[in-house]
Amino acid sequence: MIQVFRLTRHELKSLFYTPSTYIAMVLSLLMMGFFYFVMLETISSEEQDQLPPTIFFSLFWVPVLLIVPMLTMRSIAEERRLGTIETLLTAPVQPSQLVLSKFLAAYIFYMLVWVLAMAYPILTAFVIDQPEFNEKLFHTGATTGGYLFISASGALFIAIGIFTSSLTRSQLVAGMLSFSILFMLIVGVAAIHMLQIETATGSGLPDTVLDYFQLFEHFDDFSRGLIDTRPFVYYFSGTIAVLGFSVLVIESKS
Amino acid sequence: MSLPEDSIVAKNLFKRFGRTEAVNDLSFRIGQGQIVGFLGPNGAGKSTTLRMLTGILPATSGHLNVCGKSVPLHEREIRREIGYMPENNPLPEDMRVIEYLRFRAQIKGIPLRRRRARIEHAMEVCELQRKARRKIIGTLSKGFRQRVGIADAILAEPSVTILDEPTIGLDPHQVIAIRRLLDNLRGETTVIFSSHILSEVEISCDRILILNQGRLVASGTSDELRMEFLPGSHYKLEVAGEPASITGSLQSLGEEWTIDLAPIPKNGYYEVSLLNKENGTDGEAILGRLTNMENLRIRSFHSVQPNLEQIFLKATRRSWDLPGETPPALPQKETASAK
Repeated sequence: MIQVFRLTRHELKSLFYTPSTYIAMVLSLLMMGFFYFVMLETISSEEQDQLPPTIFFSLFWVPVLLIVPMLTMRSIAEERRLGTIETLLTAPVQPSQLVLSKFLAAYIFYMLVWVLAMAYPILTAFVIDQPEFNEKLFHTGATTGGYLFISASGALFIAIGIFTSSLTRSQLVAGMLSFSILFMLIVGVAAIHMLQIETATGSGLPDTVLDYFQLFEHFDDFSRGLIDTRPFVYYFSGTIAVLGFSVLVIESKS
Repeated sequence: MSLPEDSIVAKNLFKRFGRTEAVNDLSFRIGQGQIVGFLGPNGAGKSTTLRMLTGILPATSGHLNVCGKSVPLHEREIRREIGYMPENNPLPEDMRVIEYLRFRAQIKGIPLRRRRARIEHAMEVCELQRKARRKIIGTLSKGFRQRVGIADAILAEPSVTILDEPTIGLDPHQVIAIRRLLDNLRGETTVIFSSHILSEVEISCDRILILNQGRLVASGTSDELRMEFLPGSHYKLEVAGEPASITGSLQSLGEEWTIDLAPIPKNGYYEVSLLNKENGTDGEAILGRLTNMENLRIRSFHSVQPNLEQIFLKATRRSWDLPGETPPALPQKETASAK
């Protein structure tokens, strides 16, 4: 475990030294800032059923599609391109330790971006300074639910990014692959769900199965303060499985 | 069964990539503390063999023991016994030398109390402690990068240090520095390195293994290889006198000697080549007999030793299985002293 800690610390250092990390962070925060601004505009123009944190977190998938590939595409692909993966594995570092450290470093950074996004409600509260509105801005249930969802789903997203990076030595290919898989997972499953309802043929996957894979369904539950174990099982088992595949890929390719 | 003094024992080692036999029935032993050179043309299986020794690449079949332990069964322990610098020496471009070595010392599990001393020692051996200590690796010259790679390989005091092409792309000064470095390692660790610079291998190594098409085609000290692949004694001399009388006098040495007299003299001296197919002739005795011949005036007498390049060409050519192809004449290099 100490080896994972050492490697994670090294990875985090490398992430903070790399310009692409800061570009990803700034772009994501700019995008989140824009969404936050649009959300505030919408709330001010007409009454909304949902709380501000819920509306803001419901757009999670847009920054995810940007930040996850940019954060993870370099991780293993670059080690493989440079050949440093060979010196690491003979150091001796186990492939599982390598994958876990890459995952943890990227995940910590990912969560840091989302924590920094808290600056928007803080700034808004500071500027508007209305106690009733501030209560809505920092609604405990919606904010906690949103962050719980972000942290649980983020683990799976980052694991997918690490997995795609382990498949190739090209960062670009890894990034595109990760974007495509995330898009399919987030938007694709939702689209299949919608199409099934529209056609109403009764064939295909049952709704319960689709609901299990539907990230927006999970988000709705979380934002309503409904903490169900099923999404946690889904994200946790998915993360472990995808990281396990990454280890297998590294072992087979080395 | 490997003896305790054997650092590495490989027996009937095979490695296949699809239908390609990268390593084909390779067997060798390397003793503790030896410096051994791996030679071979491109694609001979040198890097594959070295990677199999580190445990990073599994062999298709065969037995491979490092430090008395089976590589596939004790992969983790063996990786702790080995210091490895891969081909092309991959290094992170954006780290400083000292930072990189600190990180490597950490992940190699060197205890904190010994870490600083080990890093300083490795930097001292590789002559990195002054100029390159705090430089960013990406800005270093090729020679310094190689030194960083070697410093990393010897950092954890490995029992076996494996260096894949440590002298590739270096200028002569840097090659001499690496040679000095290998000399510094002598006695500290068993060193196995592959190289294309044959003179380098000849100077630095206790033993040489020549590979071709995945097979071991020669093994031994450079003298043993000379006797095996280019047997015979070869001398060159410069003599003054009439060609007929020179030939007549030299024929008295015996029928086993082939005499080749240059047709045109240089500055009044004829160049003569004396060749005997047998090993182990006494050069001093030959010279004594030649100086006693009345009608010969000898200006110089050389013993001609085939160099490693010729041995390498001969050894690899013999194993190439090219029927009907006549090998070209091998160049000769003169060594030893003049009279």
